[in-house]
Amino acid sequence: MTFLKSILGSTALAAGLVIAGLGAATARDLTVVSWGGNYQDAQRKIYFKPFAEKTGKPVLDESWDGGVGVVQAKVKAGTPNWDAVQVEADELAIGCADGLYEKLDWGKLGGKDKFLPSAVSDCGVGAIVWSTLLSYDSEKLKTAPTSWKDFWDTKTFPGKRALRRGPKYALEFALMADGVAPKDVYKTLREKGGVDRAFKKLDEIKPDIVWWESGAQPLQLLKSGQVVMTSAYNGRISGINKTEGTKFKTVWPGSIYAVDSWVILKGSPNKDQAMDFIAFASLPENQSKLPQDIAYGLPSKAAAAAVPADLAVDLPTAPQNLENAIAIDVDYWNDNIEDLTKRFNAWVGK
Amino acid sequence: MSARLKALLLVLPLIVFLGLFFLWPLWMMIATAVQGGTVRLAFPQTATAIASWDGAGPPPASLQAALVRDLRTDTPQERFGDAVRTLNSQQAGFRTLLPRTARAVREAGEADAFDLVALDPRWSEQGYWLALKRSMPAYTDANLLAAVDLKRNDEARIEPVEPDFAVNRAIMLRTFVIAGQVTLLCGAIGLPFAMLAASVTGWKRNALLIAVLLPLWTSLLVRTAAWLILLQDTGLINQTLRALGLIETPLSLIYNRTGVLIAMTHVLLPLMVLPIYASLIAIPRNLMPAAAALGAAPLQAFRYVLLPLAMPGLLSGSLLVFMVALGYYITPALTGGAGDQMISSVIAFYATGTANWGMAGALGLFLLVPTTVLYILYGRLSRTPLVQT
Repeated sequence: MTFLKSILGSTALAAGLVIAGLGAATARDLTVVSWGGNYQDAQRKIYFKPFAEKTGKPVLDESWDGGVGVVQAKVKAGTPNWDAVQVEADELAIGCADGLYEKLDWGKLGGKDKFLPSAVSDCGVGAIVWSTLLSYDSEKLKTAPTSWKDFWDTKTFPGKRALRRGPKYALEFALMADGVAPKDVYKTLREKGGVDRAFKKLDEIKPDIVWWESGAQPLQLLKSGQVVMTSAYNGRISGINKTEGTKFKTVWPGSIYAVDSWVILKGSPNKDQAMDFIAFASLPENQSKLPQDIAYGLPSKAAAAAVPADLAVDLPTAPQNLENAIAIDVDYWNDNIEDLTKRFNAWVGK
Repeated sequence: MSARLKALLLVLPLIVFLGLFFLWPLWMMIATAVQGGTVRLAFPQTATAIASWDGAGPPPASLQAALVRDLRTDTPQERFGDAVRTLNSQQAGFRTLLPRTARAVREAGEADAFDLVALDPRWSEQGYWLALKRSMPAYTDANLLAAVDLKRNDEARIEPVEPDFAVNRAIMLRTFVIAGQVTLLCGAIGLPFAMLAASVTGWKRNALLIAVLLPLWTSLLVRTAAWLILLQDTGLINQTLRALGLIETPLSLIYNRTGVLIAMTHVLLPLMVLPIYASLIAIPRNLMPAAAALGAAPLQAFRYVLLPLAMPGLLSGSLLVFMVALGYYITPALTGGAGDQMISSVIAFYATGTANWGMAGALGLFLLVPTTVLYILYGRLSRTPLVQT
């Protein structure tokens, strides 16, 4: 009998601990999650700290590396330990369709017409517009490459080049190098034989490609001279030029831009506070400070208009930079990422 | 109360702990790999209607109408999402097709004759309907088959996937090859190192052991980053070799298999050295002089006395290194080329990237089986008495 009692006792104790744990979760401070690095440093300065001061409550910030599986794990666990999260466009689309996010209160954001159309959705509002583009070190390359054709031209530009590992971006850039106009890239990929064509083009420079994994790697590869050209995120390039005095340059034609958005995880205990935070981070007077630290485009129209001209030319949203640039096709990749990743891994291992 | 019960009570927390944090997740992983049913849950009427369709001809109107009715019902969003994920893994395209269709169907209102094909021509493709039919059973072998590059064709027979998409077996094999190579390298470096450490005393031994242990205490990322600096084309090693005039073009030491092997061997070396050292230190110090006194040359004494006695340590160390190496993916991701990625990176892709936990579970299972076999082997070997012939 004592045995049974102690089992019951320990079960009750365990249950008590679990409940206490849940209780602690509810009392958690607002937790905002972004992409780390100098970008998050800038966000901390212009969004997180001022918001904490304004509300008088602490704001915790964490960073992550993306992946809808991470979000899903948090939401399915019950009460997520994150509240407001900055997600990429594919994570926004999948998570919104699968019910991983709360619906946003657009009244608090001032209405959908205040933002770029691509930055508006039921579950998210754009935080930044960023671009993946051809980058090189102007101190090492005498002739400047101007297109993805040059990236493939190993005669004029001998040496290794780097691309992000995986089919996303690699296939698009390969097609552009093969003469497909940027605006037709996704049309070609959807056509029969389009993907084959891209892989065939990648075959041409396969031995010369170094594949990078995280956004900081291409900078290191360029700086050390390991590669002559690489694809990279535009904010990182202007960032390193500022902090380390490098003379890296970017090629805007043929670049692919995407919008990152703020979302609130479903079941967040700090839902209202998270909404207030997102509204705060979307205010033109706050958002317009971002380009001073990092060259990302702004989804709020009024904020974009308030950016000084000398900073605006470096943003993915500048009109001259948008010419011959395309938006990432979220639908295409959400449909095909699994199949094409398989195919990419098979191709690369051959 | 009997002593047995008391003893049981003492280990009860341990059992609960093991069950909760070890067996339960394992079971969940296996279960997710074979669980179907998400599609049936989200589309119950379609499930009934599709059962009577043989899959040969075009889908009958009644089946299409059933799907429309299912899409019109207010399925919980997460359940709908689970179904979409399962289906898209079977047939790329469902990810956009289903939400789009659901939206259109709801906007169209109650008129039962909704033309799916007019909305999206993909609904006229047999493949989508067959994938729907295949995904209905409560249990599925689709993930397990896909993990070894197999699939069921339209006649539900098992066949290999197209060569362009066959990748898991190759990566699994590569994982074992890399783990094997790393184990051999660790053994080749670890055995002499452990012998040296066991033969000296005092500060020398401490220095040698600290040299092994120090990397174990350093963050994995820091160690890997250090190798980047050393091994790259303009790195320390290549610059030194060039300055000495030994090479003209830099050696490719990183972003290929060489880089992976160097970095992983460095990281895992302690796991090899420590077991060997432990078995060597237990060998009576007078055995080697005794062998020499009986006329054994140094090599003979090593071959017939030292090596057999060190063997349990060497084997334990090898298995330990091998098993840990199987699960690596950050180090190969940073120091290897795209052709050097190991199976864990694929598992991570499914687990965190596309939230396809079924595939992640199936691949994990195929990694778990050999690891378990090795673990049992390890248990046996580490219990084997020291002296054997």
